[in-house]
Amino acid sequence: MLTEKEVEHIAQLARIKLTEKEKDKFKRELSSILDFVKKLNELDTEGVEPLYQTTGIINALRSDEHRKDFEMNEDLNEKLIGQAPHKENRFIKVGSVLKK
Amino acid sequence: MTPSNLTIKSTREALNRGDFSPEELIRHYENKIEKENKKLNALLTPFKPVDEQLKLPEGLLRGIPYALKDNILFENSLATAGSKILENYRASFDATVVKKLKTAGAVCLGKTNLDEFAMGTSTENSAFGPTKNPHDISRVPGGSSGGSAAAVAADLCVFALGSDTGGSIRQPAALCGVVGLKPTYGRVSRHGLIAMASSLDQIGPITKNVYDAALVMNVIAGHDEFDATTAKKNVPDYTKSLEKEIKGLKVGIPKEFFRDGLSVEVAERIKSTISILESIGCNIAEVSIPNFEYALAAYYVIVPSEVSANLSRFDGIRYGYSSKSADTLIDTYFESRTEGFGPESKRRIMIGAYALSSGYYDAYYLKAQKVRRLIKNDFDSAFEKVDVIVGPVSPTTAFRIGEKSSDPLALYLEDIYTVPVNLAGLPGISIPCGNGENSGLPVGFQLIGKAFDEETLLRTAYQLEQNLK
Repeated sequence: MLTEKEVEHIAQLARIKLTEKEKDKFKRELSSILDFVKKLNELDTEGVEPLYQTTGIINALRSDEHRKDFEMNEDLNEKLIGQAPHKENRFIKVGSVLKK
Repeated sequence: MTPSNLTIKSTREALNRGDFSPEELIRHYENKIEKENKKLNALLTPFKPVDEQLKLPEGLLRGIPYALKDNILFENSLATAGSKILENYRASFDATVVKKLKTAGAVCLGKTNLDEFAMGTSTENSAFGPTKNPHDISRVPGGSSGGSAAAVAADLCVFALGSDTGGSIRQPAALCGVVGLKPTYGRVSRHGLIAMASSLDQIGPITKNVYDAALVMNVIAGHDEFDATTAKKNVPDYTKSLEKEIKGLKVGIPKEFFRDGLSVEVAERIKSTISILESIGCNIAEVSIPNFEYALAAYYVIVPSEVSANLSRFDGIRYGYSSKSADTLIDTYFESRTEGFGPESKRRIMIGAYALSSGYYDAYYLKAQKVRRLIKNDFDSAFEKVDVIVGPVSPTTAFRIGEKSSDPLALYLEDIYTVPVNLAGLPGISIPCGNGENSGLPVGFQLIGKAFDEETLLRTAYQLEQNLK
């Protein structure tokens, strides 16, 4: 079983805030999932190469040429910057990094 | 003639004969969606008007109305991925599959409901309410592509696209009684698919029959410069070999598939469908996937790990939901994510953050990737003996809304037969094989093929489908 401190630490890593009630709920739920996946330890994987992807493709390269598919123009610029929840003109606004 | 329960093939024929015009066909579906979608909640965003799309070029799918899972981008339209955090997000470009469908002349009717970021097996994790199963609206349609499967089953569109990370096309197709194909990883471009677990995600068709699935694959499959994991392999005409008989085809049944947890009525349907394969000349052989029972555990380490990385992009700054109450930058991250993500997203992000965190990486993530190798090896050896592997899609028929939602692990078990296929990167298809004797609800039959051999897979499914009628 995860401790409350561990759950707090994980939530901190994930940038998620938990209420006291949620801490208790996630403690139980995350622990049961982790208990379930511990099943993997029954298997001897000594010397087995991990498989991160199945395509076998390594370093898919393309020629170093100007791609015209996503040419930046006012329209695309507006579409991208326009998505930002807080903005001023063409700039995205963010809160202060340091506390005042 | 009024359109009714049209397939791509019959729609094309009817349009060519002039039974109805493309405009009339669109009106028909718009009206149907207007009338029936409220009850089902299959579509989140019906497009209106869509006539503009009829100006699209002449192509293989000219005028064919389809629905699109809401984690696939359609330029200038909402793409919520079933999450509050993307409630107002508008796509700034077309996904490659959408671009291809536009080139083929298909008409998009709207975006379909899904579990938040495609994480779930019932569509109950959607921030916009669950989708209902058209066969019984007190039951789930499966997930995560539950909206797409329900829309096809209720004939709110001719076909739909879904995405499948661990069963999210095949399982809802099974529960809704339609056809769902998950192509080989790397067969269809993921460019413009909102990423969940990038080493497993794959887009595929949900259709009313196998022929239509082959037809859609002809349009959407192939290499894409914008997805470096797509294979530079030629795309065959998948409809061409469908009629070829499958006498002598070697069909494998993993002995591990008939296990505890598989409901009696599903097992019964699967066994009788296998006997049909035998009766049309297939050679049935027992095979073994010795590490089958570890697949789900490996999956639920790998997926949350990739999820925690992919969903870290939601920071409340560049796009998506942003908390109004935050002062500092770090508060913007915390508050926006806390208010924007639903419970399943939070669970998986946290499991992933834990599995990848310092001191635990080897024990969880690396271990799971090693087990993934063992599972792929199991399939490789099985495919030395057989051409196709078959079995159930889901251990049960559609369950009731709310029945399993309090127990995340119970929902995870829904995917036990589909997850290994994604881990090995193989293609899999679900086709309806009749209704369960107890529930009277649709049961799906799964066929699994060799990597990039969708041709044999579709042909086998097609031949079986003809004999199931």
